[in-house]
Amino acid sequence: MTAILDIRDLVTVFHTDRGPVRAVDGVSFTIARGETLGIVGESGSGKSVTAQSIMRLLEPPARIEAGQVLFEGRDVLAMSQSELADWRGASAAMVFQDSLTGLNPVLRILPQVSEHVVAHGRMAPPAARRHGIDLLRRMGVASPERAAAAFPHQFSGGMRQRVMLAIGMANEPSLLIADEPTTALDVTIQAQILDLMAGLNEKFGTAIMLISHDLGVIGSLCRRIAVMYAGEVVETGPTAEVLADPRHPYAWALAHAVPRLDTPVTARLPSIEGMPPDPLAMPRGCRFAPRCAHRIARCDAEHPPLTEIAPGRSVRCWVTMDGRQLPPPSLPAAAAPPRATEAEAPLLEASDLIKHFPLPRKSLFAKPELVHAVNGVSLQVARGESLGIVGESGCGTSTLARLITRLHAPNAGNIRFQGQDITALGGEALRALRPRLQMVFQDPFASLNPRMRVGQILAEPLRVHGHAAPEERVAALLDMVGLNPAWAARFPHEFSGGQRQRISIARALALDPALIVADEPVSALDVNVQAQVLNLMLELRARLGLAFLFIAHDLAVVRAFCDRVAVMYLGRFVEEAPAAELFATPAHPYTVALLSAVPEPGQRRIVLGGEPPSSLRLPQGCAFRARCPVARPICAEPPPLVEIAPGRRVLCHAPGSLQKPR
Amino acid sequence: MRRRLRRYGLAWAGAAIVLAWLLVALLAPWISPYPPNAVDVTQRLLLPSAAHWLGTDILGRDVLSRLLHGARISLLAGFSVVLLGAGIGTAIGILAAWLRGWGEEALMRLTDLVLCFPPIILALALAAALGIGTTNTIIAMLVVWWPKYARLARSLALVQRSQEYVEAATVLGLPQKRILLRHILPNIFGPIAVLCTLDLGIAILTFAGLSFLGLGVVPPAAEWGSMVSEGRELVEQWWVATFPGLAILTVVIGFNFLGDGLRDWLDPKAQR
Repeated sequence: MTAILDIRDLVTVFHTDRGPVRAVDGVSFTIARGETLGIVGESGSGKSVTAQSIMRLLEPPARIEAGQVLFEGRDVLAMSQSELADWRGASAAMVFQDSLTGLNPVLRILPQVSEHVVAHGRMAPPAARRHGIDLLRRMGVASPERAAAAFPHQFSGGMRQRVMLAIGMANEPSLLIADEPTTALDVTIQAQILDLMAGLNEKFGTAIMLISHDLGVIGSLCRRIAVMYAGEVVETGPTAEVLADPRHPYAWALAHAVPRLDTPVTARLPSIEGMPPDPLAMPRGCRFAPRCAHRIARCDAEHPPLTEIAPGRSVRCWVTMDGRQLPPPSLPAAAAPPRATEAEAPLLEASDLIKHFPLPRKSLFAKPELVHAVNGVSLQVARGESLGIVGESGCGTSTLARLITRLHAPNAGNIRFQGQDITALGGEALRALRPRLQMVFQDPFASLNPRMRVGQILAEPLRVHGHAAPEERVAALLDMVGLNPAWAARFPHEFSGGQRQRISIARALALDPALIVADEPVSALDVNVQAQVLNLMLELRARLGLAFLFIAHDLAVVRAFCDRVAVMYLGRFVEEAPAAELFATPAHPYTVALLSAVPEPGQRRIVLGGEPPSSLRLPQGCAFRARCPVARPICAEPPPLVEIAPGRRVLCHAPGSLQKPR
Repeated sequence: MRRRLRRYGLAWAGAAIVLAWLLVALLAPWISPYPPNAVDVTQRLLLPSAAHWLGTDILGRDVLSRLLHGARISLLAGFSVVLLGAGIGTAIGILAAWLRGWGEEALMRLTDLVLCFPPIILALALAAALGIGTTNTIIAMLVVWWPKYARLARSLALVQRSQEYVEAATVLGLPQKRILLRHILPNIFGPIAVLCTLDLGIAILTFAGLSFLGLGVVPPAAEWGSMVSEGRELVEQWWVATFPGLAILTVVIGFNFLGDGLRDWLDPKAQR
């Protein structure tokens, strides 16, 4: 096999006002013809900048200062602008994460797909148009002729990502660089795109360089992997070997920090403390040494080289460079939280909740269309219990969270909290309820007021609700979530995403709530930080006896945190069960497909076709019917809610008819 | 360091000009060589000289002294119109964003109603109806000045309102008034302050324009617009109209530079 891409000692520097930042610092790797290489690392590790350096997409203040990028033997860094234009999009193509800004919003789809086929002189415009439609069909775009005339905003995220892939593949490049192509997508759509990319690699022999923070995504597509940390490659090798037996402590932590479907329910995850080094002041020795549990004296003094430890495997570590292995993780499971007795009334009880939002009228006399966000959800949460709610975007989980916390009022249904009917509470009565019913939000950047100091953020609810001595309480709260109490004087922007989420949690805890509704609390965080925050929440749960309503799209995360799990589809629960049972023997076909779509190495996927139906017009009968692999005529009737075992409810005509693939 | 200077060089120049004019306004009685309204018909329309640096006008008043005193009225009028207008407009805008529904409709249609009229013409009509005088002219300008702030404040507040930290504040049981004043207001303050700075030049210019047209100040009070107006027909005696005109020009440019710089400085995307 000959190398199609050969990168040697690439150095890319950002000249910032505060000094030069070496974002990519001596990175070398090769990609053979038709190979798949995954690059993994947390945000800021330099993986995207590496890709942009290869494509020469960087602009000042960034500059490539050293190294070589050889593409089929040609030096990309020496190409002139016109040579670059010929090369880009023809021999090497790139697919970006954000398919909304990656497509031009004012151009129709087809011209965007075929434009550079014509520009590179491959085809005349009419032929290119036919080629474009053909490409869209091959990328799995439904009714490509119609889609070709549509605008990007008329498409869903998954469809747009298919269009992006069609653009990337239009000139049949020999290398496709995909930068987090599935990060913004739901699990079932992500499975579709990963399948598609694997197919492209097989059928066309296109080499793929896949950048992702998600080891699962990389493990399910790439044969080789490079782990990046602080601008350097710290470990490379065949994906399966690196995942099974990581030799660099950072790769080790990454591999074990991801909650997996086979980790025990509510087990603590190994995580590494601390943060990546300040790029302006890199440590002299190993860059990971300050956070490393296996550190030896040499690590602080000398910078380790990338050393080959076995054919095709290299690692940048003083400890393991002689071929030693790292020990498997051993962390005790969190203590079981205090559970409610059977006879006790549930802490929270909601029945038949319905919420719809009117869209703006299209014309003066048109009837306003309704978005049916929540269509009849009933749930119970006991004291100290954690109920997980899983669903893809748009299925109504966030609305449900806001109904429970009464940020919205339901159109129908009933909510009781601690025996009190809170469905129609308003004004002072609602404010009096707030302290007991708190919420943690998804976006750690938007959920803290940027103009207030952390101390003020935490003290404000205490003052408003008349607590004495808020300062002491603020210090205690910061300490409880693992932050330095002296940081109360700082502003939110001085913290990392994970630390901000800790502040959010501290704010929710400030008023001693009985129930916390957490809406995707870890989905915006890097895996390692995610493990830290999950561990913190598990610990607090056990210590304070809190009940949680935990919303997430990531099944493995839910499994790591929840006693019971409900799966939501188009505004309804389709399955509800104790966590261990749901993951072992899922009964609803959607749950089965969702579980199999989680990208894990070696996992056999059931790829669902299509996308969730629109919440504007609810389908007759079973909402999942159109995508269900085992749909039958009776599914046109509304499905019954069947209790197949104590505490296990399934909304299906034929529960258990779809089996998990082995 | 050099890059920072280049990026903010004009802003610093603007700040220096504005500061200089503020000092002039403050110290006018002490640094003026003559009283601003001292008529001396024997000294009419003298060319700029050592005795009268910027010459004298048709009544023999020293142009420099009138110019320095004029800074007081111009800046005072500019600041009061902009600050009061921004205050009223921001309050209405935030209120509209918070109320939603009919309250928002009513407030924003009222805003549109005022915006429908050409501002100078409306201010002119109002000032004429209220009568000549600095206070009346400021009131007339205020009526046409607040709507743009209401629009801006409403759109900014709508963006902030949908942020999760506002939801978080609601969930914490904070009173609505507190959420508006302590959470939303500080977060929309930056862009409004920028608009204020850019707007000060325009307000001063408009006030001078109204004075030029005979509204605004009561003669013989020294004011740049009315000074230009008085010198309008004196083609030979160019200095009578030119120097107050230059004063208006520099103050407007100063505020524009400062406002541009402030906008860049407050824009997080412009920082690296």
